[in-house]
Amino acid sequence: MKDRLIKIKEQASAALQNITSKQELESFRIEFLGKKGCLTEALRSMGGLSAEERPAIGKLVNDVRSFIEAEIETLSDRLDKEELLKKLEQEKIDITMPGKKRPLGKRHPLTTVLDELTDIFIGMGFTIAEGPEIELDYYNFEALNIPKGHPARDTQDTFYINDSVLLRTQTSPVQIRVMENNKPPIKIIAPGRVYRSDAVDATHSPLFHQIEGLVVDKGITMGDLKGTLDAFCKKLYGESIKTRFRPHHFPFTEPSCELDISCPACNGSGCRVCKDEGWIEILGAGMVHPKVLEICGIDSSVYSGFAFGIGLERTVMRRFGIDDLRLFYENDLRFLRQF
Amino acid sequence: MRVPLSWINDYVDIEDISPRDYAAALTMSGSMVERIECRGDNIINVVTGRILKIKRHPDADKLVVCEVDVGGETVQIVTGATNMKEGDCVAVAKDGATLPDKKIKKGMLRGVESFGMMCSEDELGLTKERAEGIMILPPDTPLGVDIRDYLELNENIAEFEITSNRPDCLSVIGLARETAVTFGRGFSVKTPKVTESGGDIKDFISVEVLDPDLCPRYCCRVVKNVRIAPSPAWMKKRLEDSGVRSINNIVDITNYVMLEYGQPMHAFDLKTLEGGKIIVRRAAEGERMTTLDGEKRELDTDTLVIADGRRPVALAGIMGGENSEIQDTTATILFESANFNGISVRASAKKAGLRTESSARFEKGLDINLAPAALDRACELVCELGAGEIVSGVIDVCAPIPQKKEIAFDPDYINKFLGTDIDREFMENALTALEFEVREKSVVVPSFRADIEGGADLAEEIARLYGYNKIPSTLYIGAATLGGKSEKQRAEDLIRDTLTSLGFYEIITYSFVSPKIYDKLNLPKDDYIEIANPLGEEQSIMRTTAIGSALEALAVNYNHRNENVSLFELATTYKKGGEKGLAIEKQEIVIAMYGDDTDYYSIKGAVEQLFESFGINNYDIEPESNNPVFHPGQTAVISLRRKRAAVLGRIHPSVLKNFEINKQAYVAVIDFDLLLECKKLEKKYKPLPKYPAVTRDLALVVPDDVNVRSIEDIVKKVKSDITESFSLFDVYKGKQVEEGFKSVAYSLTFRALDRTLTDDEVNSVMDKILSELKQKLNAKLRL
Ligand SMILES: [Zn+2]
Repeated sequence: MKDRLIKIKEQASAALQNITSKQELESFRIEFLGKKGCLTEALRSMGGLSAEERPAIGKLVNDVRSFIEAEIETLSDRLDKEELLKKLEQEKIDITMPGKKRPLGKRHPLTTVLDELTDIFIGMGFTIAEGPEIELDYYNFEALNIPKGHPARDTQDTFYINDSVLLRTQTSPVQIRVMENNKPPIKIIAPGRVYRSDAVDATHSPLFHQIEGLVVDKGITMGDLKGTLDAFCKKLYGESIKTRFRPHHFPFTEPSCELDISCPACNGSGCRVCKDEGWIEILGAGMVHPKVLEICGIDSSVYSGFAFGIGLERTVMRRFGIDDLRLFYENDLRFLRQF
Repeated sequence: MRVPLSWINDYVDIEDISPRDYAAALTMSGSMVERIECRGDNIINVVTGRILKIKRHPDADKLVVCEVDVGGETVQIVTGATNMKEGDCVAVAKDGATLPDKKIKKGMLRGVESFGMMCSEDELGLTKERAEGIMILPPDTPLGVDIRDYLELNENIAEFEITSNRPDCLSVIGLARETAVTFGRGFSVKTPKVTESGGDIKDFISVEVLDPDLCPRYCCRVVKNVRIAPSPAWMKKRLEDSGVRSINNIVDITNYVMLEYGQPMHAFDLKTLEGGKIIVRRAAEGERMTTLDGEKRELDTDTLVIADGRRPVALAGIMGGENSEIQDTTATILFESANFNGISVRASAKKAGLRTESSARFEKGLDINLAPAALDRACELVCELGAGEIVSGVIDVCAPIPQKKEIAFDPDYINKFLGTDIDREFMENALTALEFEVREKSVVVPSFRADIEGGADLAEEIARLYGYNKIPSTLYIGAATLGGKSEKQRAEDLIRDTLTSLGFYEIITYSFVSPKIYDKLNLPKDDYIEIANPLGEEQSIMRTTAIGSALEALAVNYNHRNENVSLFELATTYKKGGEKGLAIEKQEIVIAMYGDDTDYYSIKGAVEQLFESFGINNYDIEPESNNPVFHPGQTAVISLRRKRAAVLGRIHPSVLKNFEINKQAYVAVIDFDLLLECKKLEKKYKPLPKYPAVTRDLALVVPDDVNVRSIEDIVKKVKSDITESFSLFDVYKGKQVEEGFKSVAYSLTFRALDRTLTDDEVNSVMDKILSELKQKLNAKLRL
């Protein structure tokens, strides 16, 4: 009996060596441990043993069973792992194939950059004002110290609706409307569409966008104008950008200036972008003309202020290297997708 | 304004300053120098030469072959020019030469080699007009000399951009003054000396100014024994360097003085002035004259003219007339130097469509004191050039000269305004150099500075000479303002966020359109706002709807074969009837799309999701079958608070055809204001349910013309605390359903917040719903 059990164990060990699949393992289990398996049969024949022999043989039977069960479990685990590895191997894909994209729209590049500019000014405590595009001559010109017959009117070719109504040529009339309706302190920007009767080409458009800025309070100085616009330029173009304030003339500011930044393309050494100047003009600004304050009912002996105007299209063109203004208004997806 | 630097140097010594430094300094002190250039900058490898021989071209009648001596070397040049003869001196662009508009390379002309080109004046950039034939140089021209040296094209010329408030700087003297102040150097203008040679001007002419408001000053002198001749070389060169063509000594003198003093002048042939009279008056209505440019002009009473006893002889301050023009035979001339009202000159020049160097100066407002000085300078030049003799006496008809302005001068105010700490001495020196008379608490403004009116103007003068960039930058610390966007601006952001995340691209289109857009849209003409002076019909009216703009954008994309296109615009429309004659400007949201799998439900889905992002989940929707822009069977109108909030649907095929879009396109137009008015953006947390839901399907057969919205309205109205939601999952028409009916299947979800529902509870609600549907819509349960 003892020999028989030892032989079963040896047979089992040998058989296990040849098993390569879960199926074979199951047949093996049935062969050795099943109801009709050889170990069960060996157990059945224990009936013929003496009472003295029984405990020793019983223990041996259990040992062999435990041994086989343990072996089956080990092998089963191993086979599971192998099978999983095989499956994973089969599931290998070409990870360089194109991804499945969800459709995604985008803001117009003019809006994207405008958002960026407004965020900078909002961060500095500005609110956003708006005004009509079809505007009174009074707000667009007269209240801005550009009376009828003033030569400055010639530099802004104007679309008229009638003698007193026009398409605003600048966002500056919003300044007047804001000052008429609000007491200082005033700190606003006013982005919007403006119109000039320029025929369309790569650098001209009868419609474009400006961002007007206005600050009015007690004790505002030209130094404040410089500081604010310096900070704006550094936020927009980076800390290393240099600024230059150059005298200019606008009828509604005095003193007036244009602001140049060091050319971002060549760092100021001169290149095609800046026409070898090293500087690029980005906006016009100045101290609000005392006459303009008075027209709006603000006492110019108590209050002062500064104003500025930024051309959005030119800012966006510089940002992305766009060389044709017309693209903004054609709305070709091949263009819009790029930003 | 173009000025050769040597001319400036006549008044202020700048010889030691490099052109680059000069440009930078003047730009930063307020006289912007656009560039400094030499006329010869773009002329390389062009030399003087002499034509030795001219032979016929063997194969071309219109060409000749020339042998040209270019200084010790003879080159063969083939040309089509005919104005030269053997022995003539010419400018030769050799092989590899550069001219302003081209590069010259040797080549074959009808089989004969040519090693360069003989240049005309326009090819050398010496004149803008097209020259007749090549330029013939004087016979004693030395050969092989660089043409830039020979023609003196090496002068540095500054191109200034002068702002409209500084007409005084439209002159060499004005710019020399700015130069002197910028560099802190001396500057002086000599008073011109006129040598009179007897006679009395009163015997030649009388002057009457009928409209002194339009002509505050009229000065003139008479020159007799005039000898019309070419100007001397130095004057020609200065004029040409300044961009003015030389004509003859008298005309050149008027131009020279205009450039130098900034005072436009005019010369009349005295013999042509009838009645020995100059009358400065408004033109009579319908009066005619032909100006020097050969244009016949009909005048009106708003235009000031210079007339003789009978007729106009010049448009005041703009251009002279042909009838009194200087001729080669002119013996006696009248020099006019006057001051005209800027606004009037501007209006007349605009009306005539004629802007001249003269009108451009007058319209900015000139110093009334300039007229006599310039007149004397012109006569001084006449004497200097030997161009005639000055009759004794000046006529000067002058309205009272306004007193010089005296304005307050307060260094403290200026420093406070600028944010600086500039001492009084610096300010005084700067202002004195600019010819202000500085007093204790005020300054007297020079008469040529009409732009200076108050303290802010003085601050600018100080600041630009002190240096804008030396003003310390400070950050304004005032009352803290709370920056941010308005509710409306935040709503615009929300629209952009929602629609871009749904795959729509934002577009920006023109606000003006063609009136034909209404035809293209099948719409009747709207009562739109017209632009009085449009660029063209295409952009002549302000749009009252933005649908056309969106369809045009779709058409552009269709044209470029972009396959799936989803666009939106936050578009402004303009309607009559605003306050004070202005427009009612309203924003609409236009969504437009075409592409694969795009149908009515795609555009509806977008609108619904946009509404949801505004917290709007309930709205009325009705079919709209009579909208001419849209398909009659695939169009809906959505209402909010009983107001029309949106129209959406498929574009009518005939409209698509008008826009040349050969694909089904879908558009929605949403009223932005109404959306804003109805928004519900406050969000409140609802606890997540603790008890399970019960789901039941409801499959119905209803008549074909019942729309699902009416089913849903009934389901919603059935009173129940436990109906949580329902959703459509199938609509079927076909074999298994009776003709004229369709099958509609919903999934309904029931839930109670405080307990698990029993079947009985759910059944009872389902029964109620079904019976309502049976009764109201003739619905049957599908078995
Ligand atoms: Zn550069």
